[in-house]
Amino acid sequence: MDFALSKEQMMARTLFRDFAINEVEPLAQEVDETEVFPRKTVEKMQKLGFMGIPIPKKYGGQGCDTLTYVLAVEELSKVCGTTGVIVSAHTSLGADPIRKFGTEEQKDKYLKPLARGEKLGAFALTEPGAGTDASGQQTKAVLDGEEYILNGSKIFITNGKEADTYIVFAMTDKSKGTKGISAFIVEKGTEGFSFGTKEKKMGIRGSATYELIFTDCRIPKENLLGTEGRGFGIAMQTLDGGRIGIAAQALGLASGALESTIEYVKERKQFGRSLSKFQYTQFQIADMAVKVEAARNLVYKAAIAKDKQKVFSVEAAMAKLYAAEVAMEVTTKAVQLHGGYGYTREYDVERMMRDAKITEIYEGTSEVQRMVIAGKYL
Amino acid sequence: MKIVVCIKQVPDTNEVKLDPVTGTLIRDGVPSIINPDDKAGLEAALAIKDSIGAEVTVISMGPLQADAVLREGLAMGADNAYLVSDRAFGGADTLATSTTLAAAIKKLEYDLIITGRQAIDGDTAQVGPQISEHLGIPNVSYAEDIRVEGEFVIVKRQYEDRYHTIKVQMPCLITALGEMNQPRYMTPGGIFDAYREKEVVVWTRQDLEVDDDSIGLKGSPTKVAQSFPKSVKPAGTKVSLDAEESADYIIEKLKEKFVI
Repeated sequence: MDFALSKEQMMARTLFRDFAINEVEPLAQEVDETEVFPRKTVEKMQKLGFMGIPIPKKYGGQGCDTLTYVLAVEELSKVCGTTGVIVSAHTSLGADPIRKFGTEEQKDKYLKPLARGEKLGAFALTEPGAGTDASGQQTKAVLDGEEYILNGSKIFITNGKEADTYIVFAMTDKSKGTKGISAFIVEKGTEGFSFGTKEKKMGIRGSATYELIFTDCRIPKENLLGTEGRGFGIAMQTLDGGRIGIAAQALGLASGALESTIEYVKERKQFGRSLSKFQYTQFQIADMAVKVEAARNLVYKAAIAKDKQKVFSVEAAMAKLYAAEVAMEVTTKAVQLHGGYGYTREYDVERMMRDAKITEIYEGTSEVQRMVIAGKYL
Repeated sequence: MKIVVCIKQVPDTNEVKLDPVTGTLIRDGVPSIINPDDKAGLEAALAIKDSIGAEVTVISMGPLQADAVLREGLAMGADNAYLVSDRAFGGADTLATSTTLAAAIKKLEYDLIITGRQAIDGDTAQVGPQISEHLGIPNVSYAEDIRVEGEFVIVKRQYEDRYHTIKVQMPCLITALGEMNQPRYMTPGGIFDAYREKEVVVWTRQDLEVDDDSIGLKGSPTKVAQSFPKSVKPAGTKVSLDAEESADYIIEKLKEKFVI
């Protein structure tokens, strides 16, 4: 498979890298420390079209491909995992399902402002009792004339409260199990839609993670995404795409930690020579570099597969599983190679290690990815 | 209005490495960028386009690889791009370069031409003003601000300790300082359009009306005798003495160095 980036992809990567270094990196520590959503960065990214990279131009996007979008999430996450996931959740989970399953009217009304970055997107599937077992949805939607009435709650919603447009899943027919789940587009500000607690997290602390509460929330019938009962399929297919974004985030974290560590071991001297002169360090760096490169190959392959194939679940699962585990391993080694300094919050690798952990959990845990992969082989 | 911006592809480094044998710059492995002063000039043109509307054309003379900086210009928002490239133009000094670029610009329509003050790989600051001479139009160099007012351009021209505000009638040529502005980022869609929808027109020797004697190495009166990395001057010594003692001190130092 050919992973050589095209000229436009290479130039886009330069753009993302410059932006990440100039605009994102200087704020990364503060965003983590204060747990404040980086709204100004999102506004800057909106102006530059970063919020609609793979969305076609006719829907307000940039008309680029999935690999270019992956390059953006990777470069942003190299310096700030929070900023990476904001773009990923917005693009893959908020905007993409409308692009794929929405009617022209829905695309016109909801996808265009999302792709232009005027509005921020989010995706609400998880519930207190429905995590990996997403079929255990308790949120209900009952059709009443021209409106659906939503009741229930969602947890761990990335971009929660900050987002304007939410893809919300709810049971329209409990008796049908997963075939009774439907997807809805819900706007912030709709009566009966409120936000509960904000989660206090280990990592990606600037990313807003909220509980969503629906109390007799009436939404227009035309906000049903796809048809009634197709919600579960929409959720799973959307997550296939989302996993590529998270894989890119994990790749960025691993790659960023590796770069920081290379710089550090060259500078840090012990026993009269720099750490990089010790063979142990050299072997550690070599192992880290190989894993980052292998992860990159899987992630780029999945990105290309999303644009070329109808189904890319296994490619996405492999990319996310491997990149997330590499992110955890490489950031942990990065902290170790930094020694005592690596454990302090002065150094970025400490934050990267905390940020990396979530990539093994959200949008399907590593165990779920293994289930998806095994499903192909067994 | 129509604005032509001259941009040059330069190596992205201030640590110039020289080939010890040929004495020329080693460009391999060094990423190439739009010369910073030129990029500021392009930003100034795009800002004019944003505020009052303008058609912005970027033009570069160089090898075929310079296509990349023209695409970048298009991705930032320029409308058209021209690459003046031919082996016959190779080895040009500032005179031959300005002759060639002026011949190319003559084929375009323009009200305003913006060039960078100077290139970080050459630092001559000659090509811009020379182009204006070839075209017979006024030139204001060292601009730290450019505004358009009707048929005129108001330029804030920088000096070491002051600036002049100059009103100049178009068509004219302005050379821009890198400090003038913060050039905009490209956009991902702009990059894709630059490669997929837009075109970089290549003009070769045949496309230009120039004498063979005035282009390339042949048209270059400047010959590089030797190239060497600049030696860094050590920090000066500060001496605080009264006037008379200072004068004695200086005389002593000048004698020491055999200046007097």
